[in-house]
Amino acid sequence: MTNTQQDVISTDVIIVGAGPIGLFAVFELGLYDMKCHLIDILDRVGGQCAELYPEKPIYDIPAVPVCTGAELTERLMEQIKPFSPTFHLGQMAEKMEKTADGKWRVTTDRGTMLEAPVVVLAAGGGSFVPKKMPLKGIEAFEGTSVFYAVRKMESFRDKTLVISGGGDSALDWAINLQPVAKHVTLIHRRDEFRAAPDSVSKMRALVASGAMDLKIANITGVSGQGGHLESVTMKEEGKDPVELPCDSMLAFYGLTMKLGPVADFGITFENELVPVDTATFETNLQGVFAIGDINVYPGKMKLILSGFHEAALMAKKAFPYVHPDRRYRFQYTTSSSNLHKQLGKDE
Amino acid sequence: MHIYCTDIEGKVNELPATEEWSVMEIIREGGIAMLAQCGGSCACATCHVYVDPAWKDKIPPAGEEEIGMLDGAFEVTADSRLACQIFFTKELDGLKVTLANGSM
Ligand SMILES: Cc1cc2nc3c(=O)[nH]c(=O)nc-3n(C[C@H](O)[C@H](O)[C@H](O)COP(=O)(O)OP(=O)(O)OC[C@H]3O[C@@H](n4cnc5c(N)ncnc54)[C@H](O)[C@@H]3O)c2cc1C
Ligand code: FES
Repeated sequence: MTNTQQDVISTDVIIVGAGPIGLFAVFELGLYDMKCHLIDILDRVGGQCAELYPEKPIYDIPAVPVCTGAELTERLMEQIKPFSPTFHLGQMAEKMEKTADGKWRVTTDRGTMLEAPVVVLAAGGGSFVPKKMPLKGIEAFEGTSVFYAVRKMESFRDKTLVISGGGDSALDWAINLQPVAKHVTLIHRRDEFRAAPDSVSKMRALVASGAMDLKIANITGVSGQGGHLESVTMKEEGKDPVELPCDSMLAFYGLTMKLGPVADFGITFENELVPVDTATFETNLQGVFAIGDINVYPGKMKLILSGFHEAALMAKKAFPYVHPDRRYRFQYTTSSSNLHKQLGKDE
Repeated sequence: MHIYCTDIEGKVNELPATEEWSVMEIIREGGIAMLAQCGGSCACATCHVYVDPAWKDKIPPAGEEEIGMLDGAFEVTADSRLACQIFFTKELDGLKVTLANGSM
C-alpha cells in the first residue's frame, strides 16, 4: 500500500513517547493552544511509571505526598483531557524528516504519517522492547524460530514449541497456543509464577492433564541450522544439561529500554542522550525539542519533576513555530480567562 | 575495603568498596560496565551477579521483590542475586561476585 497525501495527519505538535513527561507536555502545550499527537511503542501510556513500577509509591511529586506510578499516569491523563490529545499506541516512531514546506514528518512502523512544525522527543530511556536472550548464536534464529512476541498465533500451528518465562505473557501464550501448537513445553527457572492466579491454575491444570509440559530449568543454549531451531539446551538445578527438541521458542523476560530509531532522526546525541539548551530545551534541529529522561544538560537529574519544568519552558519556545502570527503571553492558570477557555472552564 | 568482581571475560577486578553502597554502585563506580538500567530500584534485573558460595551466608537473603525480579534475568542459579539489592558492610570486605550474562 502506498500512502497518499491524504493519509498524512497534520497537527501542531508530534510527541514521541507517552511517558509522564510526554503526557505533561500535552498540558503545557495545550494551555497555549497547541494540539498534540503522541506516539508510543507500548500499548498503554505512562512510560516507566506504567511499565516498570505501576504499584510502587512515588513520594517526590510536589504537592502530591504519595501516589503510585499507575496513579500518576491516571492523574496526568485526567489533567490533559481538556486538550483531547490523539494517541498512536503500539507504534514505533521510526523516521523523521523535513518536508518541502519546512515542517517535520514522523512515520511509524505501522505506516502512520504525522506532520507538524514541532516535534517533542520525550523518549525517556528509549523505546521499550522485549529483552533478548543472551545465548551464544541465538541471533541466527531470532525472527525465524525464536520470538519475543506473538504477532500471529497461526504461525505456531503444529509447531513443537518451547515457551520460556514465568510471568503473565509466558502463561497467557502457553495457554492460548497449547491448542494451536503440536506441543508446548513451558520452561521457568522456579516453580512459582508471578502471573494472574487464574492463569496459573489454568496452566497447572493443562500440565496435570498431560496437555502441556512444565520444566523447572534454565535455558542455556540453542541449536539448529539455517535459522531453524532444532533444540534448546535446558539445565535443571543439580542435573546435567539436556537437549529438548523443538522447532520454535517464545521467550518472555520482560522489557528493556533501547534507544532505537530516534538515534537516526538527525538529532545530535551524546552517550545516548540529547544535549539541550536549558532555556528552551531545543535540540540541534529547529523546532525539535527533547525533554525528560532523554535529554542532558549540566546538573540534569532524571526526575519526573525536572521533566515537568522542562515541558513548560519547551512550550514557550514552541509557541512561535506553531502560531507565528501570535504573541506568547505569560499567564497564570488561576486567573487567565484565556487559559480557562483552553481548559474548558469558561462557563 | 574491597570487593572482587569477575567480569564477562573472566578477569578478576579488585574494586574499592564503601559502606552502605550497593554492590551494583561499587561495580559501576569501579569502572565496570554494568547495565543496571533502573538505577538500583529492583525493577530491571540487569544487575544480575553470582555470589561466591563462600560469601552467601554473610549477605541478608533476597526479599520477595528481588526473587520475583530475578525471573527477568537469565541463567539464574541458587547463587544469583541482584547487585543493587546487596548493601556493602565491613563484614563483606573481600566479597566475590561474578557478572551474569545479560547484565552488560
Ligand atoms: C523503579 C523506578 C522508580 C522511579 N521512581 C521515581 C521517583 O520516585 N521519582 C521520580 O521523579 N522519578 C522516578 N523514576 C524515574 C522516572 O520514572 C523517569 O524520570 C520518568 O519516567 C521519565 O519520563 P519520560 O516521559 O521522560 O520517559 P519514560 O517514562 O521513559 O517514557 C518514554 C516513552 O517513550 C517511548 N518511546 C521511546 N522511543 C520511542 C519510539 N521511537 N517510538 C515510540 N515510542 C518510543 C517509550 O516506549 C516510553 O514509553 C523512577 C524510575 C524507575 C525505573
Ligand atoms: S539495577 Fe535494576 S534491578 Fe538492580
